[in-house]
Amino acid sequence: MASVAAPPPAHPVTRVQQAVGNLLRTGVLLAAAVVLAGGILYLARHGGAVADYSVFRGEPASLRSLAGVFRSSLVESGRGVIQLGLLILVATPVARVAFTAVAFAIERDRTYVLVALLVLSLLLKSLLG
Amino acid sequence: MNTVLFSAIIAAASVCAGFLGSLTGLGGGFLVTPVLTLLLGVDIRYAIGASLISIIATSSGAAAAYVREGFTNLRVGMLLEIATVMGALVGASLVTVLPTRVITVVFGLVLVQSAYLSGRQLVDHDTAGAPPDRLATRLKLDSTFPSAGGERRYRVRNVPGGFGLMGLAGLLSGLLGIGSGAVKVLAMDQVMRMPFKVSTATSNFMIGVTAAASAGIYLRHGYVDPGLAMPVMLGVLAGSMVGARLLFGTPTRRLRLLFAVVVAAIGLQMVYHGVAGRG
Repeated sequence: MASVAAPPPAHPVTRVQQAVGNLLRTGVLLAAAVVLAGGILYLARHGGAVADYSVFRGEPASLRSLAGVFRSSLVESGRGVIQLGLLILVATPVARVAFTAVAFAIERDRTYVLVALLVLSLLLKSLLG
Repeated sequence: MNTVLFSAIIAAASVCAGFLGSLTGLGGGFLVTPVLTLLLGVDIRYAIGASLISIIATSSGAAAAYVREGFTNLRVGMLLEIATVMGALVGASLVTVLPTRVITVVFGLVLVQSAYLSGRQLVDHDTAGAPPDRLATRLKLDSTFPSAGGERRYRVRNVPGGFGLMGLAGLLSGLLGIGSGAVKVLAMDQVMRMPFKVSTATSNFMIGVTAAASAGIYLRHGYVDPGLAMPVMLGVLAGSMVGARLLFGTPTRRLRLLFAVVVAAIGLQMVYHGVAGRG
């Protein structure tokens, strides 16, 4: 993250660019805060357990689907809360694409509205399975 | 090893990876996976899952800064994201069927190739006076960027060539859980002849979206372990923020070369690891 506290920009930064910048920053900070909270919860409860990742077992179903992650974060499972933070992180660029689609629509740039919607649909298809 | 100690070691290693990744522009994901697999014996599927997540954090953070400074070409980014996202979906699906040894070997080879790319001399093309490219004009890709002497214009060329290479960048990103920033910059700065700073900024802008495409597939197949992803994501993010604050502009040539040699050595180690059947 480069410094943004720059003197008045020489470049006429458009409002869209400002908003996209803010959106990305907010998403990352929110995700990091949730992951940190979940991490503290997780280590407080399971910190003494043995960590072993040398054999791949895959995650339980409750941490592999959107619905499962929401449910396990509600019961205050540390792992569930971390996973929720990671989902917020993954959702950040997706929200950015949706936002860009709207911005291009306001500019009446039909080609790029279609481009953004195509990217968005591919992302949603991957996330929702 | 108990979980607190294990998490602390991983967080510390991730801070270093994020720091070096942002200093050199290669991104933290490049080093996280080798550290996790070679040093800590983590299965590569867990490693690339955690690495992919950390990439979304660092690239979104960096992209937020670049986009506000006006270097990012939003249209080029959006258009090429079609290619990287489709490539990523293919790559992430391949992870679920390929033997892990193959993934480890490919990872090593890509590291060696990236080391070569990061060691190359940077040339900034001046395309302001070049004749317009028909497709780029139709897609309104030509733009300007801020420089010391005010706004500078540039033209974009060879859109299909860049699009194709971006598909490959996306495939590698999905297959290896990396940002593929080096290949993305190559596509824009060498193939499409865009200015280096614009290429870097636009690449960062695209990395998060590319990685988000793979993240859905990784999550569903259980590659994203919260206990592992937590220290990796927080560590890489913290390290890259410190790195970006410490150093502005491009690192010195000597530093880049030193880093390229280190990355190449790690890459060869990964290839050996995979071939020897320990991947």
